[in-house]
Amino acid sequence: MTWTLALPELVLAIAGLVILVAGVLPKQETFFPVSMACIGSLLLAAVLVLGQPEGTALGGHYVADDFSGFMKLLAIGGAAIGILLSLDYNTKEGLGRFEFPLLMLLATIGMMVMISANDLLSLYLGLELLSLPLYVIAAFNRDSARSAEAGLKYFVLGALASGLLLYGSSLVYGFAGTTNFDRLADAFSADSGVTAGVVVGIVFVIAGLAFKVSAVPFHMWTPDVYEGAPTPVTAFFAAAPKVAAIALLARVLVGPFGDLAGQWQQVITLVSLGSMTLGGFAAIGQRNIKRLMAYSSIGHVGYALMGLAVANDVGLRGLLVYMAIYVAMNLGTFAVLIAMRRKGRAVEQVEDLAGLGRTDLGTAVWMAVFMFSMAGIPPLAGFFGKLYVFLAAVQAGFWTLAVVGVLTSVVSAYYYLRIVKVMFFDAPAGALDPAPASLTVVMAASGLFTLFFVLWPAPLLAAAQAAAAALLG
Amino acid sequence: MTQPLLAEYFPILVFLAIAGGIALAMVGGSLLLARQKPNAEKLSAYECGFEPFDDTRRRFDVRFYLVAILFIIFDLEVAFLFPWAVSLGGIGWFGFLSMIAFLGVLTVGFIYEWRKGALDWE
Repeated sequence: MTWTLALPELVLAIAGLVILVAGVLPKQETFFPVSMACIGSLLLAAVLVLGQPEGTALGGHYVADDFSGFMKLLAIGGAAIGILLSLDYNTKEGLGRFEFPLLMLLATIGMMVMISANDLLSLYLGLELLSLPLYVIAAFNRDSARSAEAGLKYFVLGALASGLLLYGSSLVYGFAGTTNFDRLADAFSADSGVTAGVVVGIVFVIAGLAFKVSAVPFHMWTPDVYEGAPTPVTAFFAAAPKVAAIALLARVLVGPFGDLAGQWQQVITLVSLGSMTLGGFAAIGQRNIKRLMAYSSIGHVGYALMGLAVANDVGLRGLLVYMAIYVAMNLGTFAVLIAMRRKGRAVEQVEDLAGLGRTDLGTAVWMAVFMFSMAGIPPLAGFFGKLYVFLAAVQAGFWTLAVVGVLTSVVSAYYYLRIVKVMFFDAPAGALDPAPASLTVVMAASGLFTLFFVLWPAPLLAAAQAAAAALLG
Repeated sequence: MTQPLLAEYFPILVFLAIAGGIALAMVGGSLLLARQKPNAEKLSAYECGFEPFDDTRRRFDVRFYLVAILFIIFDLEVAFLFPWAVSLGGIGWFGFLSMIAFLGVLTVGFIYEWRKGALDWE
């Protein structure tokens, strides 16, 4: 039994249980210490992931390699910063209950199981362990009708997506006779004639996972949930779970279904085209900035999936680099959004940022950096994210994807630049409350990463290269 | 390839057909052959010999829901414990400790419920 290979997950799970008991026993509210303990456990898990040997464990259900290491560090980082972002907001909004960081911790265990899944069953287990805490924290502000609606909507549609995924898995199992990824890969490489049933199964699996990454045409829930959920929850949704779901999608498609690439490439291409286009156009009319970021994240998933559609090492490297940069700039952007409070009340309209350049120059400059980066303007990090996926698409001859990608990123530049214009050229709508230190730190950290990625891209590129190579085996 | 597997389920299909047939014959037969003389008293809602107390679409306390959830959790636990107990000889220490870990997780959940006051009726 090589179950010690799954040490990061086990340690995190035990830490979660211990923190739960320690958090519920005292009479007074333990939000702050529990948050700190959760961040500490996540950092410990990250260290364990760094020292994790490669191999498969738990009867072939669990795999650890460079790819899982890369994605897990991203997911853990996203989750830890997500908890950090919630500290101040939750206290001010009366959501400072200790279950909140704990649910994020449990969701992170689900993400790690997903990323390391080497079997359709552990894939599903991880996905559900991720989803259940997310349903709860989406509705965490239970006195707000919008938050409750977000949670319920996410739950109902998430259950539907799980159903699609399970149906697809059962079809794949029915035609291949196994759920293990390695043996599925063998079964599909040996069998020259691909049956329609397997293809239908793969399409259902893709549909289930596309829901989790909110790719078109399974994006319907995203704007409503992102708008209704408390802002730190939205920040968390947009970062960590997306990394995990993209990782899972890449592993499933490139691993067991790698020899059927011809079958699923067209599906991913279509999903990518749809997401880029919708992300570019639908955000233009948005007044609510959280809704705008929801459409923006749909667009970004489209760009990332372009790397997967290419399905070679260059494309996968592009996908991984894109996700890393996306998480960094997204967390920075949401740090600014969470800091948007006026006279103690959270505000979330684009107009509320008006004149921020005059009232709070520091925050406005960071926000401008993130917006320019998301629009893909050189030399910021977002430009390089797009560069690597476009490069892969062009090299492999996916001209449609590359051209549509460039065009839609021009369209999306409009709404990103509009925010910059509102901040620097519109009359101030009254000063926002000063941002607390925890948010300023996150803004500055991800802002510096976004600004100076151009100088030291080598470590990230090398890590992404190794991860892509590990996935392609 | 799937033929023998499906054939094994054939008795179940026969069973379903016979069960459905008998049920239809009983209800349909009484509908066709018996004398129907409905009146207001016969058609009114029937509740253990009493008049119905109030509307069925009544709100009820969320505590009943809580009890039901707790019941399902511990009921499922028992459903896992039976096969575990029967096969304990074959699954060894790893199987034994896996179930202990599962029970530990449930206990942590139970402590949470207790401290949160989910078990206090008032």
